[in-house]
Amino acid sequence: MPDLGIDVLLKGSNMLRLLQGLWVAMKISLVSIGISIPLGLIVGTLMTTRFKSLKVIFRIYLETIRILPQLVLLFLVYFGSTRALGWNLSGEMASIIVFTLWGTAEMGDLVRSALVSIPKHQYESSEALGFTKGQMYYYIIIPQTIRRLLPLSINLITRMIKTTSLILMIGVVEMLKVAQQIIEANRMTSPNAAFGVFLVVFILYFIVCWPFSTLATHLEKKWR
Amino acid sequence: MTELLQIENLTKKFDNQVILDGINLSIQKGEVLVLVGSSGCGKSTLLRCINGLEEIQNGTVKLEGKEVKYGDKNLPLIRQKIGMVFQSYELFPHLNVIDNLMLAPMKVQKRNKEEERKEAIELLRTVGLEEKAEQFPRQLSGGQKQRVAILRTLLMHPDILLFDEVTAALDPEMVREVLDVMLNLAKQGRTMIIVTHEMQFAKAVADRIVFIDDGKIAEEATPEQFFEQPKTERAKQFLNVFSFEKIKVNGI
Repeated sequence: MPDLGIDVLLKGSNMLRLLQGLWVAMKISLVSIGISIPLGLIVGTLMTTRFKSLKVIFRIYLETIRILPQLVLLFLVYFGSTRALGWNLSGEMASIIVFTLWGTAEMGDLVRSALVSIPKHQYESSEALGFTKGQMYYYIIIPQTIRRLLPLSINLITRMIKTTSLILMIGVVEMLKVAQQIIEANRMTSPNAAFGVFLVVFILYFIVCWPFSTLATHLEKKWR
Repeated sequence: MTELLQIENLTKKFDNQVILDGINLSIQKGEVLVLVGSSGCGKSTLLRCINGLEEIQNGTVKLEGKEVKYGDKNLPLIRQKIGMVFQSYELFPHLNVIDNLMLAPMKVQKRNKEEERKEAIELLRTVGLEEKAEQFPRQLSGGQKQRVAILRTLLMHPDILLFDEVTAALDPEMVREVLDVMLNLAKQGRTMIIVTHEMQFAKAVADRIVFIDDGKIAEEATPEQFFEQPKTERAKQFLNVFSFEKIKVNGI
């Protein structure tokens, strides 16, 4: 069997450090998701209302965030805010801000599209049965919206977790950065470590994201 | 016979375009009225106005003296008395058949769950769908969905039933099973207003045919009179166009 260099992870506290890196990544993504989901619900709902100016503002926000690569956003907030505004943001804080901005935009769009995808006749047939507006939303519209929304938002969560691999570029020591450090430190003694360590990183990302993605697929099938 | 529904001088405009122009119509209890007319003549809109789904610019719709008014606070109450079935069935996709049937009676009318369930199962049996009670709408054929949609309306115990082209989206072989249910309802003496393009069915089920043209009632007659000897030129044209279409369908 070729030497994969996995043994470097057994040296000292390397494996623990890697897991700590994963925790940093998870913390940033979970906090951002926790803020993005409620904000996205509000933004998405507002986008289906009749206020034209609000719609335009959110549209511009959404498209801007989408067009920019996340890395550019990270640089803009982390380095830009220090120079231009004199803020002294930590890398983690800057990451949370960027991921929340991004997550809110994406979530808002998911909520908006889930709401408008409920056919007009669902509203009308509920009304025709004598439901009041409140009952109609509670028993018919919102349950259907949630069923459409949940698999999509779970996919968004996995996308956000994966994208945390970018934040090493603004100096946050997350899993990928730790992996690089371990490989660097052992370059002489264990030149093959790159393969082994990144393989473990790959497996760890998989273990974290796979349950989410399975859940999304399961819900999608169940609710079709 | 007592008058159940009264429509007076109903006018509906959409962006200055007149859709319905001063419609006067009343329906007796137990009467089956069929609205016919070429597409876009306003017959579906008329049906929607009767259920308060459309804002009207003039006139009134009254069910037993109570006004059906778009946006009115009491509208949900009156609507319980007016059952409406749509072309696209519109069952609630997140609920199974029995819950689709029971949701409105239980939540809107707060009726007893056990009795409701019994009644729902009984109704399902009358249309041969009692085995589908636990299935979801997506597992049913179009004809089955539409039959469930009709039952869902019936369970509210409405005084009048409105049918808006309920077979228009169905495959031909499923049309019959839905029309049979409606024929049965007519036999039971239900008050019904039906918009349909199934002329043979209209002839069989209707007590009265109302021909609408360009937003106005152009002709009102018994089915025999209307189909054998239409009075107006427009009605003749309409029936001609229709029979031409029928020959073509049969020919293919």
